[in-house]
Amino acid sequence: MTTGYNFAYLNEQTKRMIRRALLKAVAIPGYQVPFASREMPMPYGWGTGGVQVTASILTPEDTLKVIDQGADDTTNAVSIRKFFKRTAEVATTEETAKASIIQTRHRIPEAPLREDQILVFQVPIPEPLRFLEPRETETRKMHALEEYGIMHVKLYEDIARHGHIATSYAYPAKVNGRYVFDPSPIPKFDNPKLDSCAALQLFGAGREKRIYAVPPYTQVKSLDFEDHPFTIQKWDEPCALCGARGTYLDEIILDDRGKRMFVCSDTDHCRKARSGEEAA
Amino acid sequence: MYVAVKGGEKAIDAAHRLLKEERRGDPAIPEITVEQIGGQLSLAVDRVMTEGSLYDRELAAIAIRQARGDLIEAIFLIRASRTTLPRFGYSTPIETSEMLVRRRISAAFKDMPGGQILGPTFDYTHRLLEFGAETQAAEAPVAMAPADIDRAMPRVLDLIGAEGLIEPASAQPSEPQDLTREPLSFPAGRDLRLQSLVRGDEGFLLALGYSTQRGYGRSHPFAGEIRYGEVSVSFVPEELGFEIEIGSIDITECEMINQFKGSAEVPPQFTRGYGLSFGQCERKAMSMALVDRALRAAELDEEQTAPAQDEEFVLSHADNVQATGFVEHLKLPHYVDFQAELELLRRLRREAQGLHQEAAE
Repeated sequence: MTTGYNFAYLNEQTKRMIRRALLKAVAIPGYQVPFASREMPMPYGWGTGGVQVTASILTPEDTLKVIDQGADDTTNAVSIRKFFKRTAEVATTEETAKASIIQTRHRIPEAPLREDQILVFQVPIPEPLRFLEPRETETRKMHALEEYGIMHVKLYEDIARHGHIATSYAYPAKVNGRYVFDPSPIPKFDNPKLDSCAALQLFGAGREKRIYAVPPYTQVKSLDFEDHPFTIQKWDEPCALCGARGTYLDEIILDDRGKRMFVCSDTDHCRKARSGEEAA
Repeated sequence: MYVAVKGGEKAIDAAHRLLKEERRGDPAIPEITVEQIGGQLSLAVDRVMTEGSLYDRELAAIAIRQARGDLIEAIFLIRASRTTLPRFGYSTPIETSEMLVRRRISAAFKDMPGGQILGPTFDYTHRLLEFGAETQAAEAPVAMAPADIDRAMPRVLDLIGAEGLIEPASAQPSEPQDLTREPLSFPAGRDLRLQSLVRGDEGFLLALGYSTQRGYGRSHPFAGEIRYGEVSVSFVPEELGFEIEIGSIDITECEMINQFKGSAEVPPQFTRGYGLSFGQCERKAMSMALVDRALRAAELDEEQTAPAQDEEFVLSHADNVQATGFVEHLKLPHYVDFQAELELLRRLRREAQGLHQEAAE
């Protein structure tokens, strides 16, 4: 250990407190459990919730993968991976299939996850109703009463105004038929992967001091209407690098004359597809 | 074709090396020492300790140097270091009426037992830049009256409280909650509110306190007393079962006297606002006292109209480590979400154009 800090940075009292919150979160799928989030050595809004969750569940035998925007080599992913390398000396990987814990910001990997994997999401605003009602006292009441009318009205107004539901990421969904939750700012493209996922999905919001969870094989239904069913993003062209269709693509602007290309946002998936491996 | 759009590990390392170099400045000039910061930038140290929630002058000085003088960054460093410390327990309450006072003033009375003691203050100085001050020879030390340990220095609010003119200080029979151990929930008790305000951003509280003076939640404040000095800290170790003194800290305490209030049962009385900080953060302690009083609006049955009276608004946004993190996180990549928005916007525009053409036909 190079740091003089406890394994995975947090002291054991803190980890125990976070694990208790995690257990409660798993017991009540989609419910936002308040927890005494700590200051971490990275700024709020940069993944402190996810980092605290990961630090609390990490064991020396784990293999950790960290992604941001689907990629392992984005700045924040590099920084968080380095942090755990340094403070926990755990093995790290860029391969989805080889990871036991995957911490993510804004994406769910394209490859299906397994029962022996845990996906940890970094969450900026855990409250799906926040932009409709700024007060926590009010929104907690709405959840308690299962009063989600304002959300449906918002979605309906979108349709009336634009002809579509104008939420393209952080798309609200109902967990286990009870709590409406914010799946973090993943594109709605990823919402179907939340549903009946084999892996445990944990969500940590550090600044807002909330933890919530979707246990394995739990129903997650994106909100929609019978005549306006939920749909996901589609691209006209395949990934310019691996040729995949049906993956989430990042747009890259190539020059100042409007030339652009689209490439897979999941870098591990793309690399595997190019090397001809089975994208596990 | 390959386009390098992802951040490289090498680039990050290089940026951090560059930061280190910039922080050091011209290597021909000696590096500023932690002792110099502690001794000569002591108010910066006080602020970092207060908002960092950790009383350690040396660590605060190290943080200020490492942060290149950016105090919020220094506060952040202190908080991140503090969070790793195990908790042994809570000290017994400090007794500010037994403070070894270095400064004590009241704007409510011309004189009172113990007297007005100005101490080290910018008040009444002319704010004229002292050109060439660095070349001046050291001056003779200021003559101080011999410390009068036995001089009674009762708190001004206790003096008028004895007459029943001011409400008693709130007393909470239960153990105070701990903001650093439990998440804040609303409505918050005054214990949690005060904890949150102590570590809240000085600038934010200053502006909110100021707004109450300008009519947004007006409370007619008087600076009943501001005192700065040294108090001892005691602790009861479980295995001993009795109190031992473990050290002393410098603090500033501000007690505001605010507009009075009465009811059918209680004759009119002044009300209180309370501020506290490590070191000599006087502006902070005063701002905090104003905001504390404003946040008591509901408890005192006052109409809530102003931002400073809105507990959820004030407490949710007072912490500068949280605020700066979330504002600055906008620098992180958001390609995926932005792509999702682009895709939607293009589709909407395509459809809108289609409709347009239909209408034109």
